[in-house]
Amino acid sequence: MSLKRKDLLSLAPLSAEEITLILQTADSFKEVTGREIKKVPALRGRTVVNLFFEPSTRTRTSFELAAKRLSADVINFSPSSSSVVKGETLLDTARNIEAMQADIIVLRHSSAGAAETLARGVKSSVINAGDGWHEHPTQALLDLYTIRERGLPFKGLRVAIVGDVAHSRVARSNIHALSKLGAEVRVVGPPTMIPKGIEKLGATVFYNLDEALRGVQVIMMLRLQLERQGRALFPTIREYARLYGLTGDRVKLAEAGAIVMHPGPINRGVEIAPEVADSLSSVILDQVANGVAVRMGILYLMSGAN
Amino acid sequence: MSESPMRPSTHAGRQQERLVMESGDMTRAMTRIAHEILERNKGVKDLALVGIRTGGVHLAHRLARRIQDIEGAAIPIGELDITLYRDDLALRKEQPILRRTSVPFDISGKIIVLVDDVLFTGRTIRAAMDGLIDLGRPAEIQLAVLVDRGHRQLPIKATYIGKNIPTSREENIHVLLEEAGDDDRVVIVKA
Repeated sequence: MSLKRKDLLSLAPLSAEEITLILQTADSFKEVTGREIKKVPALRGRTVVNLFFEPSTRTRTSFELAAKRLSADVINFSPSSSSVVKGETLLDTARNIEAMQADIIVLRHSSAGAAETLARGVKSSVINAGDGWHEHPTQALLDLYTIRERGLPFKGLRVAIVGDVAHSRVARSNIHALSKLGAEVRVVGPPTMIPKGIEKLGATVFYNLDEALRGVQVIMMLRLQLERQGRALFPTIREYARLYGLTGDRVKLAEAGAIVMHPGPINRGVEIAPEVADSLSSVILDQVANGVAVRMGILYLMSGAN
Repeated sequence: MSESPMRPSTHAGRQQERLVMESGDMTRAMTRIAHEILERNKGVKDLALVGIRTGGVHLAHRLARRIQDIEGAAIPIGELDITLYRDDLALRKEQPILRRTSVPFDISGKIIVLVDDVLFTGRTIRAAMDGLIDLGRPAEIQLAVLVDRGHRQLPIKATYIGKNIPTSREENIHVLLEEAGDDDRVVIVKA
């Protein structure tokens, strides 16, 4: 078993075996990140370019740390500091980066499909670090890793994904991966935030949070994208928080020992009550820590010679 | 660990093979190595074994049991995966599967006996030493192998050897172990 892929653009085409391989590989790197010297020479001489067209601290830093701990050279490109403001296209920017012999390009872009376009145009491996509302595969993989680390088997696992599913690439990647591994995925949110046809990906739709939470083992909260508030997806933030915010009382509706996840950054008091975010059932900071190990695993698996 | 990337985890048995050590030979060799380790290090003080995945880990456990039988003291055992330290990672199309390194004790100041099944080019041992030193600063690193088949490509030699088995480069040595679901034996296979 190995990952015979040039790029990681989406979790839709990955088999359950490939996903499992990535999670197992991340185990080895979890051990490395626990050492005093958190660095191995596996990617010596390789160059990883973080090409981020959207602001991101967590994901970019996580990829940067992952690449550095593998001894790769890392370059961070962001549009404000590059020729993109001068009108260069995505592909031209990427070809220039490739001409500098980048082995792996990590792309974050506001347009769905940007990573795929890029992957077709360059010889370097491309890792999608979020493209519009489409997918965010490495986030879903670190979510899966965190669930697995808690000893929860995927087969038959009940997961509720709560919030703005329509605009969430994290939700889409997670639905693909979780259903592939045999989990039962529920999505819940106001009708304006549940996309039509999401059932076809294997999710069950709920509009009432309390109903959706009954008996689940994993509660996956999505960030309420406050910057979209102008689009009238919900009347007020207060109303949203009342109907879809995760409180301590609501966590009790889930199975005892259920875990609470959030891809960050969290809006305290909006989608998640502070006492829940800081509770023992919250694995939000584990997700961040695991992100580095999972991304090390992905970079390692994708770094085979071309 | 033999250096061939093609080495099967369980023995295929189709190729022409020649038996060079049988179960009894292996047991006696391991017992002798256990005595040699204790003699050279004057007992088990500061002693620890680190097996190289996968064959070396099984042999390290066997050695630890022998040492415990002789000396009556348990010694720490670690398991080392050297994949991330290989010198051919940049040349491979597909990356090899990683296994977990687990060295649940501080190696600094310890006498570490690395354990592997076959010593061949020495590249695995070079990688293992780099891997170990990333975990701490041992007082000393020694090397125990069941089989030394020659053909070194690096200036590395074993401290304890079960058996020297001269081979040609076209041959492969397979160490088959009960722990991996085979009958204990060492065979030479024509590639």
